[in-house]
Amino acid sequence: MRHKPWQDIKTALPNIHGHLGVFEIGGREGESLYIGYAGGNSAFGLRGEIQKAFSRMPRACQIRIEITASYLSRYRELLMLHKAYHGELPPENPNIPLGRLSPIL
Amino acid sequence: MNLELTDEQTLIIAMVRRFVREEILPLEINIDPDADSLEPEDQARLIGITKSMGLYGLDIPPEYGGPDIDLITRTLIAVEMAQHRAGLYAPCYGAFGGAGLAQLFEATDAQKEAYLYPTLRGEKRGFFGLSEPSGGSDPARAIETKAVRVGDDWIINGAKLWISGADRADFGLVFARTSQDKGRNGVTCFIVDTDTPGFHVRRIVHTLRSAHYATELQFEDMVVPHSNILGEVNKGFAIANDRLTRQRIPYAAGCIGVAIKAQEMALDYVPQRETFGAPLASRQAIQWMLVDNDIDIKQSLWITLEAASKASQGLPYRKEAAMAKLVATEAGGRVVDRCMQMFGGLGVAKDLPFERWYREMRIRRIGEGPSEVQRHVIARELLGASLR
Repeated sequence: MRHKPWQDIKTALPNIHGHLGVFEIGGREGESLYIGYAGGNSAFGLRGEIQKAFSRMPRACQIRIEITASYLSRYRELLMLHKAYHGELPPENPNIPLGRLSPIL
Repeated sequence: MNLELTDEQTLIIAMVRRFVREEILPLEINIDPDADSLEPEDQARLIGITKSMGLYGLDIPPEYGGPDIDLITRTLIAVEMAQHRAGLYAPCYGAFGGAGLAQLFEATDAQKEAYLYPTLRGEKRGFFGLSEPSGGSDPARAIETKAVRVGDDWIINGAKLWISGADRADFGLVFARTSQDKGRNGVTCFIVDTDTPGFHVRRIVHTLRSAHYATELQFEDMVVPHSNILGEVNKGFAIANDRLTRQRIPYAAGCIGVAIKAQEMALDYVPQRETFGAPLASRQAIQWMLVDNDIDIKQSLWITLEAASKASQGLPYRKEAAMAKLVATEAGGRVVDRCMQMFGGLGVAKDLPFERWYREMRIRRIGEGPSEVQRHVIARELLGASLR
């Protein structure tokens, strides 16, 4: 995900549909603010979850997404990778029990 | 073999069935359809209930504080525990507890103090590190991870693949080659702390299961004390083999439980659903699917209970355990597939559990030794030395 280019959230949103998947919301400088997922219970899939997250984060202006049916394991992986690279979770993510990854940097 | 349940077994099974229906199924309405865990407060409440039922820590031997329940009854309980959406890989979301790594019951006193007792108290978690990128079905030959003795320590280098829970574990059992012997006599089992320098969880391996993932591990000059060898040097294969055989019975039981639940849902649905002016239940095509399901379920159940019966009597049960694993995983897949077909579009939607069971059941034909390896084990038992 970190190798994907950020997209402006307002431009990207109309092209995001109701798929299952994961997403990352970023600020103006490309700093990660929040990592989330659209699962089997998400109304309108990725589009619905992103709209919900965007509406409660005033600093949010960029987005990157990944459509995947493995949304739960990918979501946890993205959080673990973020922690491995930055030493902490994105500021808008609540602390949840996670494993430890030590990817080759 | 007596095929009738005892009064005690009937009572216990009814209790577990009620627990699944009244406590687990309602919780699953509101969580993600692929979830494999509950909110901590729900989990704690459920554990409180299983403890009050006297059924917590089912697989823990009585001398270590577990309930004294025989293997046949535990197998019947495992069948019941799987009868919900997450039941195949997270039966009752762990509310009945677990024994952790059963191999630790054979550990030294010091190892038990450091690893077994904390695991039983829920303070530590372990993982089982056998399979490697070079293969998992034939561990005796596939293991390339090497351990070399230096003084009182061993230095381990290598990799493991398809390892569950290593990223959240405090320690693990790691199998490594410790002699030039290429076969089963050159493998040793080490207890490895995951905070040991050189221990790395390199990546997550995504599979058909969305919530539950495997990991890939790498060991770089990882130093493990000699006192952390489980069992004897070069005798680790027996530990691995014992685990693989033992694991096949509950593995089969989980598949049977899901198949029973899927069939129950289908039996409930087909009399209600109408096509071309008649209920589905009146169609021979549907009736035959239900009949084939019932036969698949019964066959799997009896073969699995026979394996449990032999194991509980201390008789050799490798062949029976392999048959149970083979038959139950393949039959479970067929049953779920037929039920999806009967439910039509609803069968593939995330509204119902069939699509999750379908994905997870497919893994069961590969995990814990694929069907072909089970047939190989059975053939070896049938033919003995003449096979070579």
